[in-house]
Amino acid sequence: MSDKDTTTIVEALNLALTDAMADDGKVIALGEDLADPEGGGVIGVTKGLSTRFGDTRVRSTPIAEQAIIGAAIGASLVGYRPVAEIMLMNFTAVAMDMIVNHAAKLRFMSGGQTHVPIVIRTMTGTGIANGGQHSDYLEAWFAHTAGMKVVAPSNPADAYGLLRSAIEDDDPVLFIENIIAYRSTGPAPKSGSRVPLGKASTVHEGSDVTIVAYSRMVQEAIAAVEALGKEGVSAELIDLRTVSPWDRKTVMASAAKTGRLLIVHEAVTQFGVGAEIAAEVSSELFGKLKKPVRRLGGPYAPVPFSKPLESAYAPDAKRIAEAALALVR
Amino acid sequence: MSSNYEPGREIQLEIFRRMALLVANDEQTRRAVRTGRLVMPYYSYRGQEIIPSALCTALSDGDYLCTIYRGIHDMLAKGMPLKDLWAEVAGRISGTCKGKGGPMHLTYPAKGIMVTTGIVGSSMPIANGLAWASQLSGDGRVSVATFGDGASNIGAFHESLNLAAIWKLPVIFVCQNNLYAEHTTFEKCTAGANVAARAQGYSIPGVRVDGNDPIAMYTAAREAVERARAGEGPTLIEAITFRFFGHALGDNDSYMDQAQKKAAMEADPAPRFRARLIAEGLATEAELAAIEADVNARIEEAIASALAAPFPEVSELTKDVYGAEVAA
Repeated sequence: MSDKDTTTIVEALNLALTDAMADDGKVIALGEDLADPEGGGVIGVTKGLSTRFGDTRVRSTPIAEQAIIGAAIGASLVGYRPVAEIMLMNFTAVAMDMIVNHAAKLRFMSGGQTHVPIVIRTMTGTGIANGGQHSDYLEAWFAHTAGMKVVAPSNPADAYGLLRSAIEDDDPVLFIENIIAYRSTGPAPKSGSRVPLGKASTVHEGSDVTIVAYSRMVQEAIAAVEALGKEGVSAELIDLRTVSPWDRKTVMASAAKTGRLLIVHEAVTQFGVGAEIAAEVSSELFGKLKKPVRRLGGPYAPVPFSKPLESAYAPDAKRIAEAALALVR
Repeated sequence: MSSNYEPGREIQLEIFRRMALLVANDEQTRRAVRTGRLVMPYYSYRGQEIIPSALCTALSDGDYLCTIYRGIHDMLAKGMPLKDLWAEVAGRISGTCKGKGGPMHLTYPAKGIMVTTGIVGSSMPIANGLAWASQLSGDGRVSVATFGDGASNIGAFHESLNLAAIWKLPVIFVCQNNLYAEHTTFEKCTAGANVAARAQGYSIPGVRVDGNDPIAMYTAAREAVERARAGEGPTLIEAITFRFFGHALGDNDSYMDQAQKKAAMEADPAPRFRARLIAEGLATEAELAAIEADVNARIEEAIASALAAPFPEVSELTKDVYGAEVAA
């Protein structure tokens, strides 16, 4: 990877897993179709791992999400660092007992005697006509669960650095990958680099309005920021990178500077991550904001199949720019 | 039953020691709850003591256990210290989980007690993971998941048996079949009314034993342990038993067949085992009475020490949520 300047998110994730497993014999992986005989993952994120590290360390599993997360939890309790793949985010619903009642709570319920250093990798997103049960962004469920951390990278370098950090973290981390962003390219990560959890990045500095986004929405927001620039609006774009714990300091400082905040996510707007950030920012910066905080997310409806409906579901660059412009004017 | 693993005198006495502790502990717990000295949900295991007493005698301290909310007998049999246990169920900071877990989430890794769950069926998927760890490291440990008959009808049971079978994990699934899933009879909610038979669907051994018979229970457990340690994979044990005090202590047990309950209590396995040890000349009345006096004294001491201990500070509320405290 070091021999080229750009890479894809898939390649970055694959490299992160390979490096983590090479560096630490306690890193193990499991999930549906994960091993090489099954294709190395449906997207190929885990390609090569079972061949290199053996099929007891990198294991294809039955289609049994409770069994997958349960096995990850059990191994993590005694020193392993399992990376469990739940193929699609909607399938986490099948394993919610293991995630919410066990992974998230065992540290607390045991009074700190045990902890659950697992990473749950999962992919999702609208845009490929997957319909209502294969496309949802459900990060709010997990961000609402004390004990969980939630990470959602938008580019290859962050995907690498965040996954390395997530694997080394001593708490359960839900790691969200966007399906249509997998093949998008960006600057290649430096091998061995880390991106700390809980730290946002300021993708573009600006003075008129702050846009906070994560996962694929950052890519749409980058295009929106460019469009806004042509309209004479200086937008600051913050890539949250970690949804929970979110980087309050960076978001507050930016919102205090611009006085206007737009939060963008692909998930349903109601009761979403945007609501939490909006409430916190509105409380802390009440009186300093020039406009009420605005949220832009999915409608309060399941993800539809039909192309025109699906295309209207998640925010895009045009709608992000319009919403930002409405805050400024 | 004839087996290489039939327990001799020493092992039977060890099973008795554990059983005596469990019987006395249950009696003291019921008394503490009924008199209001302790406020906690209590799922009495009275009647089921032989199962973990025999099972844990066949295990080592390093072996792992995942148990459930009706599981204090399992934990004590596996070696959880009384003081840590009582301080925990009394909600004290000196409890094994600093009072944060309570009776349904007792944990004591030093004796392999890794998870206690309040969710039916959830001990099994996690035990598989512990067993996977042993398979990876080759440390020779065996993992045990205990659960009730009710759990044999939830998806986690089937997912776990399947995974353990295909991965040949060193794990033992111990179903303590006390004939009731909460308030519904085993026959009414379990197709085939035979948990052990379900093992056949996963091509692993399924053994149905009288869980109230220390010799049969120990032998079945020991065979499963040896099998697991030898890398031959999982075993499902269905241990038939009965719970004397309903689902949760204080519930109205009018849903139970009263004649069946009466018969089961009259056939109480604890005094039966005690009488047999004496009748067969394996122990004297004085020896067994001394064991009982000892466990009673230890329990009294643990209760006194628990009730004298301080509660956690309210600042504990947000500690142990994450490894490093995360600002809310």
